[in-house]
Amino acid sequence: MNRIDQKFQEDHKLLSIYFSAGHPRLEDTVPILKNLQAAGVDMVEIGLPFSDPLADGPTIQKSSTKALRNGMTTDHLFSQLEHIRKDIHIPLVLMGYLNPMMQYGIEKFCKKCEAIGIDGLIIPDLPVDVYHDEFKTLFDQYGLYNMFLITPQTPEERIRYIDKVSNGFIYMVSSASVTGAKNTFGNTQTTYFERIANMKLNTPTVVGFGISNRETYETATAHSKGAIIGSAFIQFLEEKGVAQIETFIRSLRE
Amino acid sequence: MNYNVDEKGYYGDFGGAFIPEMLYPNVTELRESYLTITEQPEFKKEFDDLLKVYVGRPTPLYFAKRLSERYQTKIYLKREDLCHTGAHKVNNTIGQILLAERLGKTRIIAETGAGQHGVATATVCALKGIECIVYMGELDIKRQAPNVARMKMLGAEVRAAESGSKTLKDATNEAIRDWINNPVDTHYIIGSVVGPHPYPDMVARFQSVISEETKWQLQEQEGRDYPDHVIACVGGGSNAAGLYYHYLNDKRVNIIAVEAAGKGIDSGESAATSALGKEGIIHGSKTLLMQTPDGQITEPYSISAGLDYPGVGPLHAHLFRSKRAEFISIPDQEAMDWGLTLSQMEGIIPAIETAHAFAALDVRKFGSDEVVVFNCSGRGDKDLETYIDYFKL
Ligand SMILES: Cc1ncc(COP(=O)(O)O)c(C=O)c1O
Repeated sequence: MNRIDQKFQEDHKLLSIYFSAGHPRLEDTVPILKNLQAAGVDMVEIGLPFSDPLADGPTIQKSSTKALRNGMTTDHLFSQLEHIRKDIHIPLVLMGYLNPMMQYGIEKFCKKCEAIGIDGLIIPDLPVDVYHDEFKTLFDQYGLYNMFLITPQTPEERIRYIDKVSNGFIYMVSSASVTGAKNTFGNTQTTYFERIANMKLNTPTVVGFGISNRETYETATAHSKGAIIGSAFIQFLEEKGVAQIETFIRSLRE
Repeated sequence: MNYNVDEKGYYGDFGGAFIPEMLYPNVTELRESYLTITEQPEFKKEFDDLLKVYVGRPTPLYFAKRLSERYQTKIYLKREDLCHTGAHKVNNTIGQILLAERLGKTRIIAETGAGQHGVATATVCALKGIECIVYMGELDIKRQAPNVARMKMLGAEVRAAESGSKTLKDATNEAIRDWINNPVDTHYIIGSVVGPHPYPDMVARFQSVISEETKWQLQEQEGRDYPDHVIACVGGGSNAAGLYYHYLNDKRVNIIAVEAAGKGIDSGESAATSALGKEGIIHGSKTLLMQTPDGQITEPYSISAGLDYPGVGPLHAHLFRSKRAEFISIPDQEAMDWGLTLSQMEGIIPAIETAHAFAALDVRKFGSDEVVVFNCSGRGDKDLETYIDYFKL
């Protein structure tokens, strides 16, 4: 069974963390993963940095740029992760834009992910229909899940379609916005979270974008299976460093 | 082979809409409505009227006598530089503002490189009384100062794109992020035949007025409605798409595209996408783009801000791969020299982008009976400072 499915059977809310591989320092990837797992994080999205991250706000733009300057490449990330499954048992998802994967070669990329033990991918600029027509067979062959995003503007019919073709989880973007930390969620967000919960989708949902602290984490998970924190974690890493990761995670949930 | 877009938004291998889900509703709305709206008689009438009385169309097709004598061929200039605001860009912004209006949008965003598209967008927003925000690379804000001032005078807000190379590519990223953040009330007026489907086709259609006029103007002057060669500079490729449009499937017409070689193709400072690019995804479109082996988009370089883009529209990628068009690239220096040549031989000071196209005359021989149409895409007012510095005027 895919580690993602296994994890989502556990009877509690899930906390997932995103970071840009190669940031703050090139060789931080494995230490970050170990610290996150030790602190009780349920799942990690490892960001493959891209020069032109269209769907990202200033924090992740900066961490991606810095990671690239530090020398991060697709090959280097794969070499860092080569033996990761000796230590890390939580689900690992790679999150990145399509162009670097295309240049690596989609099949070669999938093969490598399978060999390492990557459970799934999130590719913000790969639309569902293109995935379905051109990528799905390959992903299935290598046991990789591909997770899709929905937003407050996604029409109901399309959400139903995404639910039907999804595996793993549906990534609910919290508001019409690029990535970036917010301090609170307003009425619009809670109404949207409730609306989606009431649709009784088959695929579990995880909320991401804008989650930064215990309050936003709790609002987000009140109506979904879990939440993903990115920008706020990256800011914390930059200020406090890898060794303090546990403090950050404890501030979100005991 | 057919060179028009197919129903899925592709030109051969290129095109499509590789967009984050956040943009799906907006792009879908456009895709589903752009043809129905633009084909309504009422839309066409307002579009044609504005092109006539506001933009000043038809623009002349001018027979360049002295140039023709020097190069022993028949050279015509399609005078897009005489459009209101000084370049072809306004043909597209007129079309898109009318579309935005009909979609009920109340806020317009745009990206700009040379500032020509920014000015053309600010202009139509002023015309319609709609809020306008233009993203422009920090570096371009410095090198195209007159256009920044014009946009401000026209009531637009100019926002600096401070990421990456601080030029057109980054301004486009910022505009796309703005659209993600404002999905309901905002229309994004892209300035070239780039971006996700339906933008490349929509912009090409608005620019196609260039070749539509060329056809009857040539008929009047040459007794036939097609030339032997059409030549245009290519940044994203909108002025080129406009000039080629009605000749794409006409094999009697040879197509020549001129890209900016910057400091030379092998110098590492270039914007010659056809020579240096590989297939990839930029700004929602599968096309040729300059990138590292690892798939990071390269920072391009050209002395002309309007050609300083690491990709090319998917139509042009297809014209290149299918060999329908000849692609040549011209370094800064030759383009600058042509700025002077055209000024002193024909009394027309071209934009530096435009000057690149004319340098084809030094690279390529044309027969004495052949008819060659150049797109004179824009005027050089915005580039005076660059010309002054370069030639110590
Ligand atoms: C005068 C002129 N020509 C050409 C271009 C290049 O754009 P495109 O390739 O879309 O025509 C620009 C862009 O700013 C321009 O101002």
